[in-house]
Amino acid sequence: MKGIATHWRLIPQRYNLVGTECSNCGMKFFPPRDICPKCRRSGDIGEFRFSGEGTVYSYTVIHTPPEGFEFQKPYVLGIIELSEGPRLLSQIVDCKLGDVKIGSRVEQVFRKVVADGSAGIIRYGYKFKLKDPK
Amino acid sequence: MTSRVAIIGTGITEFGELWDESFRSLITKAGTEAINDSRLEGDEIEALYVGSMSPGLFSGQEHVSSLVADHAGLKGVPATRVEAACSSGALALREAYLSIKSGEMDYVIAGGVEKMTDIPSNSATVALMGAGDQEWEAFKGATFPGLYALMATRHMYEYGTTLEQISQVSVKSHENAALNPKAQFRFKVSLEDVMNSTPVADPLRLLHCSPITDGAAAVVLASEEKAREICDNPIWINASSCSTDTIALHDREYVSRTDAATRAAGKAYRRAGIKPQDVDFAEVHDCFSIAEIMAIESLGFCKLGEGGRFTEEGETSLSGSIPINTSGGLKGKGHPVGATGIAQAVEAVAQLRGEAGKRQVEKAKIGLTHNVGGSGGTCVIHILSGDLK
Repeated sequence: MKGIATHWRLIPQRYNLVGTECSNCGMKFFPPRDICPKCRRSGDIGEFRFSGEGTVYSYTVIHTPPEGFEFQKPYVLGIIELSEGPRLLSQIVDCKLGDVKIGSRVEQVFRKVVADGSAGIIRYGYKFKLKDPK
Repeated sequence: MTSRVAIIGTGITEFGELWDESFRSLITKAGTEAINDSRLEGDEIEALYVGSMSPGLFSGQEHVSSLVADHAGLKGVPATRVEAACSSGALALREAYLSIKSGEMDYVIAGGVEKMTDIPSNSATVALMGAGDQEWEAFKGATFPGLYALMATRHMYEYGTTLEQISQVSVKSHENAALNPKAQFRFKVSLEDVMNSTPVADPLRLLHCSPITDGAAAVVLASEEKAREICDNPIWINASSCSTDTIALHDREYVSRTDAATRAAGKAYRRAGIKPQDVDFAEVHDCFSIAEIMAIESLGFCKLGEGGRFTEEGETSLSGSIPINTSGGLKGKGHPVGATGIAQAVEAVAQLRGEAGKRQVEKAKIGLTHNVGGSGGTCVIHILSGDLK
């Protein structure tokens, strides 16, 4: 069980895909980075809000979930390549398990991610759904 | 010029669900066996390095450097715990190697240990996920089988690797494990058994996954000068290398490759002055069967994308051109995470001494060990040999 602050400080990123950008080289980062790995100290990092559009780069169906995710199984977990370049990991929802393919177009949705038991906080964040459902 | 470094003694416990063994009893057994094998008294040991991934989550115990020195009867000896997830063991070996290489020490012991079965298996899954990115992988419901499944999906997509080829890794691992008296799973499985086992994270099934295991291993290292004095059959560490990559899988340039392994292997081959085809056998990090396919590609035993076919053709079996995981690997021998990197070295030493019994590789002169942390965020490689003519 993690503290409230660990989730609270990531709310902009987890709710609204706010990442970062290096104004020196233009590289965009999600999940956000505080240092540009290319420009390092000569970089200048600022906030960047991603559009939430992307494609599926890889995917799996989780049948044996970790603690806290038992009631969601089976669920699709994918690496999403955002249209701005970076990749992230997310569940892909509102679809049949077999519908997700590499290259499928997806868009961000806002969902409950996990709850810390019956009395803990509920953590929300991004998930993705297919843009062209069957 | 600093001297070479030799392994002069090895020890390893049985691997498995060892209900009557504790963290401290396991590492003490392995360490004692290694010191006995080295024919040292024990007083000569100048430093101790122990690899352990998560004793805090598995047993509630931290500060295991002191604990291990204390219970091994080595109170007073400087002790360091090394942690790099599942590559903690090989990184501990590397730190021990460097301490002798620096000229500061002559005799050092490196151990690895994990006691994983004292907590329920879904809690162990959470502990293991500590090797990944907590904020951006674990938070999304990722598991380690899930991350390797994402690699498998991509490898199959890019190279046409088949589930049969991936499954063949598990079949081969079990064949070797059946010949290893220390292995957790000393029995064979068929291709059908693997393909029809319980789904864990598509396309990976239960028999593509290494198990949760208790176990420990240890090696005694000596400087060249001392090794020549006291040891008839020193096994030389000809190269020790390490490379890192992004902690999160999704941040990698390629998800179907393990670039940390490619970089570490390149450095190791240069340092040892050999090429991949000079290696006679290797112990690689098959935490999931797809990982062995990516490992043999990164190590240069076959071309990129051909690991599946190479395995299917039997090249990696005990009688193949480059036997991989003669010990049974993580899949068959078991994977007590912190112990694994040291256990790989123990197997390599057994092969190079010609003491590997029924799983002995003929004319085993040069061996390689490949230990990976997390989904590839760390890779540690060692190249070992006896005295080469």
